[in-house]
Amino acid sequence: MVPIAWYLILAAILFSTGVASFLIKRNVVTIFMSIELMLNAVNLTFVAFAHMWHQVNGQIFVFFVMVVAAAEAAVGLAIIIAIFRTRSTLNVDQINLMKS
Amino acid sequence: MELALFIIFGLIAVAGALNFLFQRHPINSALSLVTVMMSLAVLYWSLGAEFLAAAQVIVYSGAIMVLFVFVIMLLNAGEEERTTGSRMAYIAGFPGAAAIFCLLSFVFLTERKALGNANIGGYLNNFTSNISEISTVLFTKLLLPFEVTSVLILVAILGAVVLARKEQ
Amino acid sequence: MTHLLDSLSEFQIFLLITIVKVVVVLVITLTAVAYTVLLERKLIGRMQNRWGPSRVGPFGLLQPLADGIKLFLKEDLTPLATEKPLFLIAPIIALTCALISVATVPFGAMHRVVVNGKANADIFQIADINVGLLVILGITSIGVYGIALSGWASNNKFALLGSLRATAQVISYELALGLSLVGVVLRAGSLRLRDIVDVQSTHGLLSWNILGGFAREPDGHGVVGWTVVGGFQLLAFFIYLMAAYAETNRSPFDLPEAESELVAGYHTEYSSMKFAMFFMAEYANMITVSCVATLLFFGGASSPLGHLLPDNFGGPILAAIFPILWFVAKIFCFLFLYIWVRSTLPRFRYDQLMDFGWKFLLPVAMANIVATSLVLALRG
Repeated sequence: MVPIAWYLILAAILFSTGVASFLIKRNVVTIFMSIELMLNAVNLTFVAFAHMWHQVNGQIFVFFVMVVAAAEAAVGLAIIIAIFRTRSTLNVDQINLMKS
Repeated sequence: MELALFIIFGLIAVAGALNFLFQRHPINSALSLVTVMMSLAVLYWSLGAEFLAAAQVIVYSGAIMVLFVFVIMLLNAGEEERTTGSRMAYIAGFPGAAAIFCLLSFVFLTERKALGNANIGGYLNNFTSNISEISTVLFTKLLLPFEVTSVLILVAILGAVVLARKEQ
Repeated sequence: MTHLLDSLSEFQIFLLITIVKVVVVLVITLTAVAYTVLLERKLIGRMQNRWGPSRVGPFGLLQPLADGIKLFLKEDLTPLATEKPLFLIAPIIALTCALISVATVPFGAMHRVVVNGKANADIFQIADINVGLLVILGITSIGVYGIALSGWASNNKFALLGSLRATAQVISYELALGLSLVGVVLRAGSLRLRDIVDVQSTHGLLSWNILGGFAREPDGHGVVGWTVVGGFQLLAFFIYLMAAYAETNRSPFDLPEAESELVAGYHTEYSSMKFAMFFMAEYANMITVSCVATLLFFGGASSPLGHLLPDNFGGPILAAIFPILWFVAKIFCFLFLYIWVRSTLPRFRYDQLMDFGWKFLLPVAMANIVATSLVLALRG
């Protein structure tokens, strides 16, 4: 017997860690990974609520989030590779020009 | 049993997330994120979402994060350097994240009674399987969104190919 | 002894039985790994018209022991410029992932043991999981971290190239691998490995997915006759086999460790026990892949003779042992095929490998899914 609230608090911890690292990190790849961490935290709340309401809808939503995350990762990493090819840096502070 | 699972894997997830935050090297961050995802998979399973637990391992840890590690290796990303921009982020970032956490925890703890408790495996023990249940809903009520995601993935594949291709 | 068992709770007995099962299966698998290496050396020797190892013990049967001692006693080198923690953890990830997936494999027919009326557990399978097939796929996809990290942590260009190749190859072929299994899952209507084996074990050889997957069922008019239940998975088996060879980095897809181009690929910098772990992981992966192929396409532990051999043939003990023998025999055939292919086919070029995976195997796997689901839908 674990209170659902504990699962939600765990998700909150993960989410705020994701927010913090999104703001602190200077590497594009790591920033991108912190988005994944936030998505994962939200997924945990969805699964916990699905468990609470005894319905699968929340789980299906997580399924869709996973699909979108996969698509997002493919496109995002392609963009990162394209950026690296023109700037040869991954530091977001140096990627500040629209044209190179 | 469930309490033990929750405590062990919840602690692993939190430790992984903090390690993700404090590691300087992207590959270490990526690996700690994999740890978080694997422990989340166990928690999904304990909440009765077997299919999602498997999908989490296959899609997130096995495909998306491998792609991240692959890109980090390919671009030979080194340790990140701290710049002035990141000091600003320190000032705004940590209090902001802490505020989000405090707000969410406060709401969850006040609603704790209404939220109830979780039992291992959940209500699904009585049903045939989690997968048949999910697929029934997915292929009847939510058929259109499901088909749209396939178009989304197709678009993503094409976009990735166009973006990552060397320009002639 | 009985007093001790009486005092244990149901959970404790379950735990005890599980630990015993894990230890036994682990020992058997590791021994099988060692002897697969010997089998490979012997068979390749014969195929190349030489003897293979023959000095240590009768017919060279103690060679794995000698190899093990040799690797154990070698100096454990760690180059200076490596990322130490990752360098250490990479072979451990590789070997663990290779060994864990054996936990979901049912080795024999279901045999439940009841310990003083409290707990019952299946003795021929460690964990009977609802989504067993997905678990195996997941663990296989985690295994790639071992290879990827070893190349990165070695700080060596050959190792990095090898691991980049391996990662790209494994991600690409995982799609074809997963899709080739969908046909089988559609037929069984379950992801539980026991269920998948059960639908194939009704009429021996004929019910196996690879040979048509026949079943005697009433059709629409109530006439009982032979029907193909969407189980004709010869094509899927071919795709699975190709993808599995690529997943395990074995010849003809052994580009990650192509010795003529990359020295030894991702394990160039490894020596002693760490190298042995990679080596064992490769062979353990071969065994796992053979287990999955056996379960999904060759009826698992079911006998090829079907009901020609009565179920309780030769008493209860023999009846329990026969399925295991069938299972081992089928796995042996797959391992033989692996070795045969290695000594026969030349290595693919990298662009050929990618073309083959993306432009041939993937579309064919999708076509197979469509065809299988059409057959199943038309049957009703």
